[in-house]
Amino acid sequence: MFAFDRIKKALLVSVWFMFLTFPILVIRINPVERTVEWRWINMLLIGVGSFFLSFVWHYFIRRREAGVRRAETGEGPEGGTPARRILKNKKIYRPALAVAGIFALVFPFLFSLYQTNIMISALIYVMLGLGLNIVVGLAGLLDLGYVAFYAVGAYAYALLNYHFGLTFWMALPIGAGLGAVFGILLGFPVLRLRGDYLAIVTLGFGEIIRIILENWNEFSFGPSGISNIPRPSLFGIDLSVHDATIYIYYVMIGLCLLTIFVVNRLQDSRIGRAWIALREDEIACQAMGIDKAKTKLTAFALGATWAGMSGVVFAAKTTFVNPASFTIWESIIILCIVVLGGMGSIVGVIAGALVLILMPEYLRAFSEYRMLAFGVVLVVMMVFRPGGLIPNVRRIYTFTDAAESGKGD
Amino acid sequence: MESVLKVHNLGMNFGGLRALDSVDLDVGKHEIVALIGPNGAGKTTFFNCVTGIYPPTEGDVLISVRGKGELKRINGMKPNKVTEKGLARTFQNIRLFSNMTVLENVMIGRHCRMHAGILGAVFRGRSTVREEQSAVQESYAILEKMGLAPFVNDFAKNLPYGAQRRLEIARAMATEPFLLLLDEPAAGMNPYETRELDELIQRIRHEEEISILLIEHDMKLVMSLSDRIFVVDYGRKIAQGTPAQIRDNPDVIKAYLGEERDA
Repeated sequence: MFAFDRIKKALLVSVWFMFLTFPILVIRINPVERTVEWRWINMLLIGVGSFFLSFVWHYFIRRREAGVRRAETGEGPEGGTPARRILKNKKIYRPALAVAGIFALVFPFLFSLYQTNIMISALIYVMLGLGLNIVVGLAGLLDLGYVAFYAVGAYAYALLNYHFGLTFWMALPIGAGLGAVFGILLGFPVLRLRGDYLAIVTLGFGEIIRIILENWNEFSFGPSGISNIPRPSLFGIDLSVHDATIYIYYVMIGLCLLTIFVVNRLQDSRIGRAWIALREDEIACQAMGIDKAKTKLTAFALGATWAGMSGVVFAAKTTFVNPASFTIWESIIILCIVVLGGMGSIVGVIAGALVLILMPEYLRAFSEYRMLAFGVVLVVMMVFRPGGLIPNVRRIYTFTDAAESGKGD
Repeated sequence: MESVLKVHNLGMNFGGLRALDSVDLDVGKHEIVALIGPNGAGKTTFFNCVTGIYPPTEGDVLISVRGKGELKRINGMKPNKVTEKGLARTFQNIRLFSNMTVLENVMIGRHCRMHAGILGAVFRGRSTVREEQSAVQESYAILEKMGLAPFVNDFAKNLPYGAQRRLEIARAMATEPFLLLLDEPAAGMNPYETRELDELIQRIRHEEEISILLIEHDMKLVMSLSDRIFVVDYGRKIAQGTPAQIRDNPDVIKAYLGEERDA
């Protein structure tokens, strides 16, 4: 009886898919010979394929629902998901971290310059993801114009270098500061906005910055951009392209570690808690004595700081900036990194950035299907793991005695 | 008696709707005062005006300044400032931070009594660490007092209903108020839970020396708890007095039960 029901459902799904794909996969019109080709075999394949896929899909849905039920009644496996269990187990976690660290350190010497370059952009996205994570993941403010701050950082270095000859290391803090200033600039008008409205306004802000850069020729040299931006030099010594790339790689590793350190500390502090409370309930948050405006502005500013910094590195890495690098698409990718990785989870965001940036690079053979795969991955993730790859967990405190309090992990 | 809250001639308009019309109310030190009235009478609007969620259209809200006898005008002040001054509230429809743990919920209440800024959070100096540790301990102490200690690491959303109500009170207590505003604390509770709540509120008043203003529909609870009762209907205050006086007040009976038809 039960099985019959499932077969019926799967049959319906396969009929529906055959119907949907009929025009594009079955009929082929040849306009030269004026013939219509009917490829019935495709229809059969789609039908059988979707029939079985539907079974697989429902099997996983059922498994997931059973998991949710277990979690609700509290009989689930101790410590949550497998990934989380591995992270918690110090025996696995410590050596894994050490291996990852050593791998990151020797990476440029093991792999080609091309690979190192890819890794640098992945690291830039790690930083961007961690920055946006403050705004979206922690404070719950959906920001679709995050790339604007990235552009601010990149153009800050490009222009300051062009006009005043500022070096990379001087531009880095300035880029970060300008990012924060622009974050506050965006923050002020959107203080009263939430949800969809906030998303639309931030989207507009991102586009405004891009369009200004594109059209204000006197200021930003328009669509042709700025070229010949110097790579960072080591104590005043100019490096060859090869050495400079490796240098940038290590700079990026250092900046990422700094980002992780700072974001981690912020998250687990009075301010971080206020951000999360703001995400959960704005009115209750205010009634508990949290200054909504101040909290939102710090989230925007601190989020944008990292984008400004990574913008400077980006300009130094590519030695060329133009507005085409800062389209809405970039914002979407960064947002996907945060959502896919796990909102509010630092490890998750790092994993998300590496997956989303490295996968397309190493799967170039299938680049035609990149967008298709991207969409499928997002849908599947949101259905089966809405918390992201490695969801965020709250800190656990342990109390031994009434008056005493110990620290948990 | 010395008042901690004095509301004078409070009026609130939403467009053409007059939600509150010249309401006067005062709460004395260590007093439990109830605000009752039929649904839609304007009780929650009154709370929202007092706590700064809505700026009142007219009238004054005065609260006593901590440690001094004088009163200070707070209308137009932002909700977080009002809380800092020493007024804390709970909500009719529970508004907990559901994806935070029980302890974190209470620690949010401590927020306005803590000072660590961005630099403190990043560099985690000794004062920040100490502040954080004492916040954890104080929050835990409050949870113990409220009987919520077993739930300390649970997500707020996974708590049983009665415990969620208690957590709301615990969170408000963490802001160190001298006046606690409870919006229908017994809503949805069974008689046993209501009795427990009754004891809890009494205990808070005696042990913490806090004044309480509560909105409640459960008349048994109101009558047993309150020192004085204010009754509002259609945004107007129609009666005030001790529970015994209110019980026999014809206007109140009329507002609740409707007018007796003349034969």
